[in-house]
Amino acid sequence: MSTGFDESSTLAAVHSQLGEINKYDFRTDSPAVFKARRGLDASIVSQISEMKGEPAWMRDFRLKSLEIFESKPMPHWGGHVGIDFQDIFYYLKPAEQQGKTWEEVPDAIKKTFDRLGIPEAERKFLSGVKAQFESEVVYGSLQEDLAKKGVLFTDTDTAVREHPDLLREYFGKIIPPTDNKFAALNSAVWSGGSFIYVPKGVKIEFPLQAYFRINAESMGQFERTLIIVDEGAQVHYVEGCTAPMYSTESLHSAVVEIVVKRGGRCRYTTIQNWANNIYNLVTKRAMAYGDSMMEWIDGNLGSHLTMKYPAVYMMEPGARGEILSIAFASAGQHQDAGAKLVHAAPHTSGRIVSKSISKNGGRASYRGLVRVEPGAKKSKSSVVCDALILDDRSRSDTYPYIEIEEQDVSIGHEASVSKIGEEQLFYLMSRGLSEAEASTMIVGGFIEPLVKELPMEYAVEMNRLIELQMEGSVG
Amino acid sequence: MTHAAKETLVVSNLHVSVDGQEILKGVNLEIGRGEIHALMGPNGSGKSTLGYAIMGHPSYEVTSGTIELVDADGTRHDILAMEPDQRARAGVFLAFQRPMSIPGVRLADFLRHAVTNVRNPDRKEGHELMPMRDFRTELKSKMGELSMDTEFARRYVNDGFSGGEMKRAEILQLAMLRPKFAVLDETDSGLDADAVRLASESIARIGGAEMGILIITHHEQLLEHNIPLKTHVMLGGKIVESGGPELAQELHKRGYERIRAAYPEAAAAEKAMEESARAVSV
Repeated sequence: MSTGFDESSTLAAVHSQLGEINKYDFRTDSPAVFKARRGLDASIVSQISEMKGEPAWMRDFRLKSLEIFESKPMPHWGGHVGIDFQDIFYYLKPAEQQGKTWEEVPDAIKKTFDRLGIPEAERKFLSGVKAQFESEVVYGSLQEDLAKKGVLFTDTDTAVREHPDLLREYFGKIIPPTDNKFAALNSAVWSGGSFIYVPKGVKIEFPLQAYFRINAESMGQFERTLIIVDEGAQVHYVEGCTAPMYSTESLHSAVVEIVVKRGGRCRYTTIQNWANNIYNLVTKRAMAYGDSMMEWIDGNLGSHLTMKYPAVYMMEPGARGEILSIAFASAGQHQDAGAKLVHAAPHTSGRIVSKSISKNGGRASYRGLVRVEPGAKKSKSSVVCDALILDDRSRSDTYPYIEIEEQDVSIGHEASVSKIGEEQLFYLMSRGLSEAEASTMIVGGFIEPLVKELPMEYAVEMNRLIELQMEGSVG
Repeated sequence: MTHAAKETLVVSNLHVSVDGQEILKGVNLEIGRGEIHALMGPNGSGKSTLGYAIMGHPSYEVTSGTIELVDADGTRHDILAMEPDQRARAGVFLAFQRPMSIPGVRLADFLRHAVTNVRNPDRKEGHELMPMRDFRTELKSKMGELSMDTEFARRYVNDGFSGGEMKRAEILQLAMLRPKFAVLDETDSGLDADAVRLASESIARIGGAEMGILIITHHEQLLEHNIPLKTHVMLGGKIVESGGPELAQELHKRGYERIRAAYPEAAAAEKAMEESARAVSV
């Protein structure tokens, strides 16, 4: 008979790791092979394209995108983007070439990923890994049997060279440069990111993971990811992101495009723990076709400002979209995170679950859209957003947008805001838990419904990150 | 001064206010380890307030008086200077009348933290927890003794528990934490007769020579297997009368009319408190 605990996925199990320093805040002295000059203009964009030896169509796409970027105003909603775009380095090439084994990766960079535990995770439970350092992917692997089945897992630059037809069918089509100012910026200066193709009927059992690391000061990272899940295929992609703390601000602005064809299944998990001076402005969107399933699991920790609203466009009957998001905002942080569900066909169903935590003056906002297009009959959507506020200085806002242009639908929305109650704290403390332990436990419980959706290793990581955020939260 | 050669929990002239309103108006009580005391009294007389004040609820302000743990050798420890978690680690326990739910936190995880801290009072956050294997073995055996399904430990703390389940979870915590002194605040309320009997038997088994217990109850059934050394009657924020087990029986059978008549001053205080409570709720 089991007494019913899953040791490794519980707060209890990771509690013993508390007290270590924040393992992400370190810098590696790693000389760049090439660094574009500071700032942004057409000559820099052309130079990036040239460095990469790109075909003319991509260079033109970049230059056109730069014009769009320059013509678009800053978004007037969300957070304040106080960044000087001319003060950023847009391209930094860290190594001559990508390694197929970790031995081929320059020592300083390899050490970085060792400290982040990537090679170890790869040995234990991953089907493939991409590691991006500054602007380029410096390491890539994919299990041989998956390669034999026709699975493609490369960096996006390689895909431009080696799989141009497949790439061009979708690249910039799901999120065009005109979509928003930051999508335009990414389209102009993008570098690295993952390209994945999963052929019909191929189900990848273990996750593919990409790890994005910003190391240099004032560095902008603009990875571009495209995932194509063919009919009946299945993949779970995980990305982790970190950067050390600098006194100046940095920018991370990614674009992620996903297509899930009929009967396919894609789960995209993000666990990011950016340093507190990173502007994290990311556009993520998936098109889900008949009877397919797209899930975004989005863990937003760290950064100065995050604006990110993963979207699922349900294009054909039977498509399903789910977005589970956790945001944690502490001192000097604004998490403007949420989700978008677009029902563009009848009999589609969606679910948004958002949990936000704010403490020490942090601000967490849920911003979400559920849209039902005319004719999308029998569509169902539910939105649940819960906010937990840990002290009086912190703030939580909810901006739910619902646009329904069809009568025959079922849309539900629930929102709750709670404070860690004195009564809950007292109850736990009356059993011998310190105030800090009690708060951490309550927060852990609050996000548990989402954490339990994560594979065990990531659940442990997520809990550990939350505990780090909670450290010192109680005087 | 009485100095039995055992540890005692001593409450002296305790005055407690909530939101500026005085609820306890000078309570005196002394419980030795191994003793069972019953605390009875009409609703609103201050019984739960005494429990919260002993445990250190932040909304219950002690305006004067003391609560102390006195060692067998006479060394005194000031409970009022301790945070609630320190009190728990010093061996004080409160079974809540209405325990709080903590969604997402499994009872087993919570208990493992609690047991580890209470048994290692100097433990700091992040230090090692009691080994999982030992904890499981002990929990399983304790749950067995309480006729509880071990699956119960997987559930979130008091989240969606029935009234009976909440009370049994409190008794399980009592069994695991084995405090020196426990206040059981209406652990019988909301239970049917069979459940009360089970609770009564369980408490008798958990208690014994090591534990001093203050049982707050309206009924005598919980006392069936826990014969009180003393029964105290609270009225208008004071303990007005103490007696043996026969007093509990009398109050259960006849109510508080005799008490009110015998202690007009406390009865007047009771009335005043009721009125001001009514005024607040209006």
